[in-house]
Formats: sequence, C-alpha cells, structure tokens
Amino acid sequence: MDTMILGLPMIYYVAMITKVLVAFIFVLLTVAYATYAERKIIGHMQVRLGPMRTGWHGLLQPIADGVKLFFKEEIIPSSSSRFAFIIAPLIALIPAFITFAVIPFGGVMEVAGYKIPLQIAGYYDTVAGRIFDVNVGMLYILAMSSLGVYGIVLAGWSSNSKYSLLGGLRASAQMISYELSAGLAVVSVFMLSGTLSLHEIVMQQSAFNGMNWYIFKQPLAFFLFFVCSLAEINRTPFDLPEAESELVSGFCTEYSSMKYAMFFMAEYANMVTVCALSATLFLGGWQGPFADTFTILGPLYFIAKLYFLMFVCIWIRATLPRYRYDQLMYLGWKVLLPVSLLNIVVTGLVGYFISH
Amino acid sequence: MDMITFPTIDMTPILPEIYLSLLAMALLLINVFMPGRQKGYLGYISFVGVVAIAVMTASGWGIEVSSFSGSVIQDKFAIFFKIIFLLSAGLSILLSDQYMEREGCNHGELYPLILFTVVGMMLMACGTDLMTIFLGLEVMSVSLYILAGFNRANIKSNESGLKYFLLGAFSTGFLLYGMALTYGATGTTRIFGISGQLSQMAAPAANIMLLAGMLLMITGFAFKIAAAPFHMWTPDVYEGAPTPMTAFMSAGPKAAGFAAAIRILVISFPALQPDWSQLFWILAVLTMTIGNITALRQDNIKRMLAYSSIAHAGYALVGFAAGNETGVAGVLFYMLSYAFMNIGAFAIVILIAKKGETNGTVQDFAGFAFKRPLLAAVMSLFLFSLAGMPPTAGFIGKFYLFSGAVQQGYVWLAIIGVINSAVSVYYYLRVMVFMYMKNPSEEFEWATVTAPVALALIISAAGSIILGVVPSYVMQFAQQAAKLI
Amino acid sequence: METLFFLIVSIVAIASAVMVIACRNPINSALSLILTFFCLATYYVMLDAPFLAAVQVMVYAGAIMVLIVFTIMLLNIRIDATRRHSHMIFFGSIVGFATLFNTVYIVMKSRAATPATTVNVEALKAGHTELIGREMFTNFLLPFEITSILLLVAIVGAVVIAKKKI
Repeated sequence: MDTMILGLPMIYYVAMITKVLVAFIFVLLTVAYATYAERKIIGHMQVRLGPMRTGWHGLLQPIADGVKLFFKEEIIPSSSSRFAFIIAPLIALIPAFITFAVIPFGGVMEVAGYKIPLQIAGYYDTVAGRIFDVNVGMLYILAMSSLGVYGIVLAGWSSNSKYSLLGGLRASAQMISYELSAGLAVVSVFMLSGTLSLHEIVMQQSAFNGMNWYIFKQPLAFFLFFVCSLAEINRTPFDLPEAESELVSGFCTEYSSMKYAMFFMAEYANMVTVCALSATLFLGGWQGPFADTFTILGPLYFIAKLYFLMFVCIWIRATLPRYRYDQLMYLGWKVLLPVSLLNIVVTGLVGYFISH
Repeated sequence: MDMITFPTIDMTPILPEIYLSLLAMALLLINVFMPGRQKGYLGYISFVGVVAIAVMTASGWGIEVSSFSGSVIQDKFAIFFKIIFLLSAGLSILLSDQYMEREGCNHGELYPLILFTVVGMMLMACGTDLMTIFLGLEVMSVSLYILAGFNRANIKSNESGLKYFLLGAFSTGFLLYGMALTYGATGTTRIFGISGQLSQMAAPAANIMLLAGMLLMITGFAFKIAAAPFHMWTPDVYEGAPTPMTAFMSAGPKAAGFAAAIRILVISFPALQPDWSQLFWILAVLTMTIGNITALRQDNIKRMLAYSSIAHAGYALVGFAAGNETGVAGVLFYMLSYAFMNIGAFAIVILIAKKGETNGTVQDFAGFAFKRPLLAAVMSLFLFSLAGMPPTAGFIGKFYLFSGAVQQGYVWLAIIGVINSAVSVYYYLRVMVFMYMKNPSEEFEWATVTAPVALALIISAAGSIILGVVPSYVMQFAQQAAKLI
Repeated sequence: METLFFLIVSIVAIASAVMVIACRNPINSALSLILTFFCLATYYVMLDAPFLAAVQVMVYAGAIMVLIVFTIMLLNIRIDATRRHSHMIFFGSIVGFATLFNTVYIVMKSRAATPATTVNVEALKAGHTELIGREMFTNFLLPFEITSILLLVAIVGAVVIAKKKI
C-alpha cells in the first residue's frame, strides 16, 4: 500500500475514487427513490396510497420508471437546433452532480493508518494535522449551480416550440433572480463563520450538540436560503418553468426517453444538493452526538438531516399551489432580496457590537 | 481571524464627489417621488448645487491632501480641472431645460446623469491610482453613453448613443489592457509607485511590457479626447446627441481625458518622456490637420463644431507634447477657455435649431444678424475665440500652448499649429458671413431666449472675453496647477 | 501531471475560443465562450487562486453569458443573416494575428516585475478570499466604492434607455 504515485501514496487515489463512487451512487439512489418517496408521501398526504403495484408497496416503481423511459422512442424535433438540443440535458445534469464534491458528509476516517476525510474534495494534511478542502467551497457551489440554468434555457430555446421557449425564459429569469437572494442569504453565515470552506463551517457548528447550529443564529438566513433554493431548482411553489397545467412541462415538452429522464434526474439531484447544502450550512452537517468518536455516525446524521429536508420539500409541494409569474418576481426582487440585504446589515451591526 | 485595520481616511480630496453623488441621488429620488410631469425645477436645484460645490472645491486651493492610501489626491491640478468640469456641467444644465422641453425628452434623470458624469470626471482628475482613474472614466463614459442617446424618440440620438457605447467600450478595453500591462511591468497601480519603480529600472525604455502598456493607455485616452486617428466616432456622436449634451461632451470629458492622461504620463512616466512626447507630436499634427481640413467641408453646424473640437484637441495636444510646465499650464488654460467658448457656440446652435433638429446647417444662419443682432454678436465672439483671434480667450490659450512647444524646441509643431489655426478661420468666418451678409431664405420664428440660456450665454461670453483680456489672473492659477511634481 | 493537465486545458481553451468565432450559430458561439471561461477558471485554480476561479465562473459563465444567451434567444438571429464578408474576415484575421504576435512578443521579451510584497505560503493555503477582502477594504477601498456609483449609473441608464414610459 505504500506505493507512491506522483508524490502521493496509493491509498490517496483509492480513497478518492471510492469516495467519488460512493457519493455518486448515493446521489443516484437517492434521486431514484426521491421520486418514489415524493409520490408516496404526497399520496398519503392526499389520502391516497400512491404507487402500490410494482414490488412491495411499489418499491420497485423507480426501476420500472427508469426502464420505461429508457425504452421509449428517442425523438428529436426536426425543426430543433440539434446540437443544443442534445447537449442541454447534459448541461442540466452535470452541475447538479458535481456540486456534491465539496460537501463534507462525515468526519475523518482512518483506514490502514491513513486519515481520510469524508469529503470528496478534501485531503488530510499530516504535517499540519488538519483537513484542507476547497477553501472557496461555497462559492464553488454557487458557481456550479449558476450553470444549471443553461441546460434549461437551451432546452427551451432549441426545442423550437413556444411552450418550451416560454418555459426557458421563465426559468432563466427566475433562476437569476433567486440566485441573488440565495447568495446574499448565505453571506450572513459567512460573516459569522469567517470562512467559505464548508468543512470549517461544519466544524464551527460542532459545539453544544446542535445548539451551535447556524439555523439558531441565522434563522432568517436559513429560511431565505431554503426558499430561494426551492425557486432556483424549480420546485413547487416556484415550478413555473415546467408548469404542467399551463406550459405542458415547459422546457422539456419536446423531450422524450433518456433525455427527459436526465432533466428529471437533474431536478431531483439539484434537490439533493440543495438539501445537503442547507444541512451543511445551517444544521451542522454531519455533526451530532458522538459523531466525533464513532466516525460512522457522521454520514448517518448527515443522511438523516438530508432526508428530513427533502421530506420538507415534498411536503411543501403537497401543500402549496404554484405562484403566478408576477408574484414570483415581486417576491424575489421586492421581498426576499431586501430582506436578505437587511439580514446582512443586522448581522454586521450585531457582530460589531458584540465584538466591541 | 484577525480584524482588518483600516487606514486612516481623509475624505477631503473626494468631498466634492461625495456631495455631487448625494445631490444626484437626491435628485433621482425627488424625480421619482414628486408628482407632476414638469420637472424643470430639478435643473435649477442641480445648477445651484453645482455652483455651491464649485465654490467649495475652489476653497480647497493650496491644500494638498493625499488619501485612501494613495488612491486620490487633492492638489491644485485636480482642483483646476474640477472647476472646469463643474463649469461645463453647470453651463450644460442651464442649456438643457429649454432644449429638452422642445425635443420632448425632458426627463428628470438627465440632471443626475450629468452630475454623475462630473463625479466620474473628477475622479479621473484627482485619482492617483490606475484603478481609481479607470473607474472614474467608466462612470463618466457610461453616463455619457446614456446622455448621448437621451433623446430616445430620435433615431439619430439612438445611433449616437449606440455608436459611442460600442466604440467607447472598445477604447476602454485598450486602456484597461494598457493598465494591466503597466501593472505587470511594475507591480503596482499607484502612479507614484509606478514612477518609483521606473526610476529603479536600468533602462525603462527597453522594457517592452511597460512600453506597450503606456502605448495602449495613450490609445485609450486618445479615443476619449478624440485625437486622430481615433476620432472617427466624434462627428456622428456629436451630431446625434442632444445639443446641450454635445456641448457638455466636447468640453468636460475631453478635459477629463487630458487630466488623467497628463497625470499618468507626467508623473508615472517621466523616464519615458522623450518617447511619449514624440508620439504626441505626431498625434497633435494629425489631429489638428484632420480636424480642420474635414471641418472645411461641413454644412451641418454640429458636425462642423465636432470636427472643430477634434482640431482643438489637437491644439491642446501640442501643449501636452511639450510636456513642460508652460505646455501643461497651456492645456489647463485652454481647456477652461474652450469650455466657455464652445458651450457658448452650442448655446446659439440650440437657439437656431427647431424641433427635431431640422434647422442645423450653416445656411440656416443666414440673416441671423438682422433678426437678432445681439445674439449674432455673441456668436461672433465665440467664433472669433474658437478661431483664435486676438482679444479672446482662444488666442491666449493657443499662445500659451504654442509657446510651450517652442520652449521645448518643437518649433515646427508650433508652426504647424499656427497654420492650422489660420485654416480654421475659414470655416468659422463662413458662419459669420452667413449671419451678416446673407438674407434669410425663408421667414421663421427664432426661438425665444429663456432666462437660463441667457445666463449661460452671459457666463460664456464673459469668460471668453475676460480670459482673453486679462489672462494673467487665471493663468497664474494654471501655472501653479501645472507644477505637478 | 500538472503540465499534462495544463496542456489539455489549453487545447480545450484554444479550440473553444476558435469555435466562438467559427460557429455560424450564435448560440453555439455563446456556448463555446462559456467553455472558454471555464478553461480560464481552471487556469486560475492551477495558479492557486480558487477565489478568482469561482468568481470567474459565477460572474461570467453564470451571469453575463446567461444574459447574452437570453438576448440571442429573444432576438432569434437567423443564421442566414450573418453572411460571410470575406474582406472583413481577411482584415479581421490580420489584426487578430498582429495582436497575437504582439502579445507573444511582449510576454516573451519582457520580464514582469517581482511583486512588491512577497507571497506568504500560509496565506496561499488560507486562500485568496481573505487577502482580496483585506486589500479591497484597505488599499483599494475607494475604487471599490466607486464601483457602486458605476453600477447605479448603469441601472439608471438602463431604465432611461429601455423603459417604455419614464
């Protein structure tokens, strides 16, 4: 195991690949079963049963759906802009997955004498004795999530259909507007943490078994971030870009088969990322009772928090109707944006008076 | 995380900018929240504000303060230029109300934009950091793009705004690239720091990166002051823009371009003076000649004045090329007098023209002297001054510029300048010939002179005469201001 | 390893930059431009400036290019409309190559200044975020503040130029 490759021990590469694979498969499975969970939960909330036929209580439903989509006919409209049409689902899907790289999902695991941090883009520096990760982790996430909009815009434009174009336009306007408030909402967290590294942010929330979570110090920021993120990933009540009832699925009207499935996956993968991020920033990430002593508890706490937030997303979808477009813009620019700015100002003032 | 220790900040150098910005923002808010369509009073408020700020700026004469860890400085040079900017802005504000009312685009946003332009120009004049100067230039340019296209219903104004925007953005790219290279070669953006680095270099003229940076910066500024061969945008932009804004553009921003260019080149690159001096020699000759020769062929008065403004930039470049104190003082003095005479001339153009600018050719001046002898006399004064005839400001300005060049040994440059001046007399006198010796082709109503326009005319006429008759009073200030180092 | 990576990124960067001007379809050009920005961001990461990289992607790829794509979509420029002007391409390439040659010459010939302050290794590890913030609020406070005026002017200008009724 002590073979060195390019100045780093072999285990480093093995650990890296393992982490990537585990995280990727985890996200994929979560995405698949999130669709199932969504239908089940909404079903029960509306006093229905939801999918029941494939497998026990419909547990095989996601697989059946996947197979069905896979075998459907692949249609590329003849009047579409071919290149953009094909590349759009990829552009939508990739940013959703790669943002997971900087989210820490556990503490430091020791394998064969090597310390491996449970975070894809992080390494344990034995000399400094601490974990180094991407020190602009949060900015990385914001940057990547700002790319997701291209997938939708391109899909809407290249389909050459009016519903798709409307969906694409709505999506870009909406995502840009809400990205701003979401970014500003987390600024107040940075003001408390003094760092952009997600690992550091998690570590700062470790004290007092959860009483030090940023959700307690910044409840407004959490609310703002969560709401804006919902809008950014086009979840109900901000799902105007797809709006089945008015735009016939909006930007993905013309898509079928695997490409449609990719948009679907992108949406749920985005949901996973956003919930993971909220958990990391505000709910202490993988921190929890005894998580430091038993490394394995870290990922479990993380997953629990993640699933809880995803449940909230689904719950919101079951509860709230869709916003109208003007209401959406009003909310974004005239309510959320000023409030998040105000939150920054207040945080700054309070921080100033505490430190003096 | 240790706390940031803030440097002590002395606000003195940017107080005028701060007050102007506050005034502009207040005007914006008043414009939004006050009911009613008629917002003429905004012009009065901004004029009073500009006058007050000018008095405040002038009172800082002689107090040298550098602040923001070397980003800005208050010195006589900056104050002199700030006064020029405020003067041109004040005069343009006075001209705006009547014109904008006639063209039906009297929107309240005009005045804040003018004030923001002045803020940008002031930052260019007092900035001692490349970043400050660049941002000042951007503030100025962005406001000017909008002012040029302010008459939204007029297709020519639209064209003007768009053209100015595209070419301006392009030239800003040059400037920024030059600044980046200069930073790369010296490792600092402070202009005093750059000169320090240069003095340590063995042979700064052999440093290609530095030379390229300087060249690109000169190119960028040449665009802004409309020096040939970067003058192509000027006629179209000046013709299409609302006339008061044309007047403003030809006086203020040109002076701002000179201010920033002089400060950067004289302070940062004294080691390279032989190089840039020769470059400006060529630029000056090209600019004067192209401006004057092309102006000969213009019928549209605004286009003619645009080319003449190119030529005047050329005259000022003569003083710049000299690069000595007399030359720089000449530039300062000339920019001040040019603000008076050019804005005055444009004021008359505003009075002559009718709605939609249908009445803007030289021929339309026919018979002006019979109908409005006083206005025609004032116009003649401005034209004489522009042509550089003796008892006016223009003559004295040119005198100082050319004597600076002679002092530096650029005799030929001075001679070319004088020849050019002689050529320019033709097209200025042509207007006067039409005014005094031709009969009007048709009968029409001359526009009435409203009180603000009258005030602007009085100020500019007085300025053109006083600077011409007793130049030494102002000249001593210019000479003090020109002592840069 | 790093050289190899640099080569790959460079090839992608140059190819995508060429695509920007070679594509007939403006949308494809815009997409190539985004790719170019991405490659630039990668360079920043390789130069130990992750903050700049993130900002590059966020601002250019994430915000500005979205607007450009948006505009192209709304204008819906027909591809036929952008007919080839051979003489413009000719002069354009001459200018382009001249600029390229110039830049290469400048970079090859001259030696950049050694930065005034030595870069502290620990600061590099902590990231440029803090350094940039520190500079922005001390030495470059004034330019930073002027930016706000610039943005205000731009906003007012956009409203003046574009709003139907003012």
